[in-house]
Amino acid sequence: MFILKYIKEVFSGLKSLAVGLRRTLYYFSHHKEIITQQYPDNRDTLVFPDRFKGEVVMVHDDNNEHACTGCTACELACPNATIKIITKFDITPEGKKKKAIDKFVYHLELCTMCNLCVVACPTDAIKMAQTFEHSVFNRAELTKVLNKPDSKIREGVE
Amino acid sequence: MVEEIGSTAAGDIIINVGPQHPATHGVLHLVITINGETIQKVEPHLGYIHRSIEKMCESLTYRQFIYVTSRMDYLSSHINNHACALCVEKGLQIEVPSRAQVIRVLMDELTRIASHELWWGAMAMDLGAFTPFFHAFREREAINDIMEETCGARLTMNYMVPGGVMQDIHPNFQSRVKEFIALFKSKVSEYNELVTGNIIFQNRMKGVGNLSAADAISFGCTGPTARGSGVSCDIRKLYPYEIYDTLNFEEILETGGDSFARYMVRVREMSQSISIIEQLIDNIPEGDFQAKTKAVLKLPKGEFYQRVETARGEFGVYIVSEGGTTPYRIKYRSPGFSNLSALDHMARGSKLGDLVAMMGTLDLVIPDIDR
Amino acid sequence: MVIAGIAVITLFALLGLVLVLMERRVAAWIQIRLGPNRVGPGGMLQSLADTLKLLVKEGMTPDGADKFLFNLAPFIAMMVAMLLMAPIAFASDFQLWNLNIGVLYVTAISSLMVISILMAGWASNNKYSLMGAMRSGAQIVSYELSAGLSIMSIVVLSGSLNLNEIILSQADGWWIFKGHIPVVIAFIIFIIAVTAETNRAPFDLAEAESELTAGFHTEYSGMKFALFFLAEYINVFIVCAIGATLFLGGWMPFHIGHWQAFNHVMDFIPSSIWFFGKTFFLIFLIMWFRWTFPRLRIDQLLDLEWKYLLPISMFNVLLITLMAILGWHF
Repeated sequence: MFILKYIKEVFSGLKSLAVGLRRTLYYFSHHKEIITQQYPDNRDTLVFPDRFKGEVVMVHDDNNEHACTGCTACELACPNATIKIITKFDITPEGKKKKAIDKFVYHLELCTMCNLCVVACPTDAIKMAQTFEHSVFNRAELTKVLNKPDSKIREGVE
Repeated sequence: MVEEIGSTAAGDIIINVGPQHPATHGVLHLVITINGETIQKVEPHLGYIHRSIEKMCESLTYRQFIYVTSRMDYLSSHINNHACALCVEKGLQIEVPSRAQVIRVLMDELTRIASHELWWGAMAMDLGAFTPFFHAFREREAINDIMEETCGARLTMNYMVPGGVMQDIHPNFQSRVKEFIALFKSKVSEYNELVTGNIIFQNRMKGVGNLSAADAISFGCTGPTARGSGVSCDIRKLYPYEIYDTLNFEEILETGGDSFARYMVRVREMSQSISIIEQLIDNIPEGDFQAKTKAVLKLPKGEFYQRVETARGEFGVYIVSEGGTTPYRIKYRSPGFSNLSALDHMARGSKLGDLVAMMGTLDLVIPDIDR
Repeated sequence: MVIAGIAVITLFALLGLVLVLMERRVAAWIQIRLGPNRVGPGGMLQSLADTLKLLVKEGMTPDGADKFLFNLAPFIAMMVAMLLMAPIAFASDFQLWNLNIGVLYVTAISSLMVISILMAGWASNNKYSLMGAMRSGAQIVSYELSAGLSIMSIVVLSGSLNLNEIILSQADGWWIFKGHIPVVIAFIIFIIAVTAETNRAPFDLAEAESELTAGFHTEYSGMKFALFFLAEYINVFIVCAIGATLFLGGWMPFHIGHWQAFNHVMDFIPSSIWFFGKTFFLIFLIMWFRWTFPRLRIDQLLDLEWKYLLPISMFNVLLITLMAILGWHF
């Protein structure tokens, strides 16, 4: 009886190993199961979901106008001081002084893509872009000014 | 470790496992004393990746501090965020819309499956089988894609906000989740073929790393680690939050108390999470995804505590508020820290190879232990 | 003779490259990945690129190491692997050294491998290395027994220690077919034992990555590491070549009884292709094991040898001896 149990043990052990071997042989011989994405080659066909949080950008329309009033809601919402808004005073045609943004400084190297600034923005001036290849050789390149040169605030945005 | 050399018996060797070591999945530093292959003592040394998250949170507002908790237990980041959001809601007495509650639970359970998938692969890799790791990632990738579509990120989503969730679910969400459930169900038998049933694996797991129910309680173990020893500790059952009390699921309990029992708890938990998702996915109520909240959140003066069940065990958030916009003090009760403390007790007298298996079954995430 | 020797040494270098590439390809396909596909056509030159990288890398010798032994160990590993190449019959008329005790020579020399591992582990002055070396010592010494016993069963059947004569004795059928179930059992034990002897997963305790970082070669880098790496693959090739020679008829073509036409077609395939085909099939088996199974624990490893493999193979040798005496095989 001892011998029988011993042999049984050996066979059940071998069977469990054979089951595993069959599974790996299946994958070895079925190459259509391969899930590797060949990343730099498939760059053109990569599709990112439109909610993907890659970096913060400011939306500009065709007239080089944005919707940022410089209210600093995003700056306050940001947990790690990623956004710094530098304001200036524009002179309106009526001769009044009006607050506007000079520079919308965005530190990509500090950003954790938490989306709080985009949620906080009352005028939907900023949004998350789907870019993701952020590596640069110089750290200073990661500090970006989001408003384009000579852009101004869209009419009617308060 | 100079100071310990004097205290060792003859023939004992002290080995530093970590902070950089393939078995520690991160930067856990264990100082182990061995005699031959037999472990005499295991001393975890923490502090290598301490980022003082609790202190950081004191300077962040109640909306901002949530995202930091994704960086603790990064494999159950949704659930961590969830705990913080719940705690703030408790303080502000916000009623969360039922749609948001269902979405939160769905996300939690998806996260739990993703976490257990990764654990399963890493566990097998600890034991020297590399293939399951890649196979587990295939299913986990499907969850990550769902997360990416709805939350916009794959690992640290920051989707839970006080009052609900940040955005409504993506229109594709339900169909994608159903696809995932079908994929998972078709592949789960492979897990048994490759790992669970394997005679080598069973011999490595059964009877090692014994942790009795009494010890599990006294070490403060929670989650699958304690449930493997037969301790009922599922927060979703004992202190239900959100809609868990209306759901029909089973708390997985194994009585073995060894590495294999802990392994089986996690594997069976994945199917329970699938069943929770199946119950909810077609029944997401219409309505708001977020309650109306004030622009600036101020918690009333007092102390607030909220516990949730993460993939690793009980996670607690303790907030002391002085009535301002930022918390006066925050304390996190992380499951990994308590679970790790049982390692020394479990490992004494077993072999070096078993230590790796035990660490695998504890499912340690180092940033969670060392905040 | 000299030309043949140079040819074998070239083969030696080539084999390392091919086997590393093969290992990576097998691993990738099993793990639903693509594997190397960037260097050269279809990634063919990947291992060449790796070798180049290792060649130009600095070969560090740790401060506390025994410098002489530390630097000697990889060369011993390499030398042992080279010596083992000598008696192998690569084709029907190509054998460097037709030794009348070929089997004995192979078993004797292959056990020298453990010396280089022990030397490397001891001289590194590293606790992980030392543990890896000690594990390896225990492992190789014990598994040599069952490997030897399963080799012995073929020696008993064919009545010769000469590798060439063993091959010739299989002209009418390979031993694995002629020898009934006992030889199949011996073959399985042989495969398990040589997997352990070459320190391959699931018996890779000497370098158990998740436990001992890299085991006995933790401190080695550059070309010295590459020599260990190469020696491992050459050893795999050699044990598989021995397995093919003993059990699968070496360069003997596959013949079925009296099917003259079939046998004639089989004879057309060059004998070297038969040899390499069988050897690479066995190498694939060993790689397949590696990428499927988890690792054993050290005490389980020794249990497997002393409680299962050794008793079974001893009983098996007795059975085969009886079979050989009574002439029960075909």
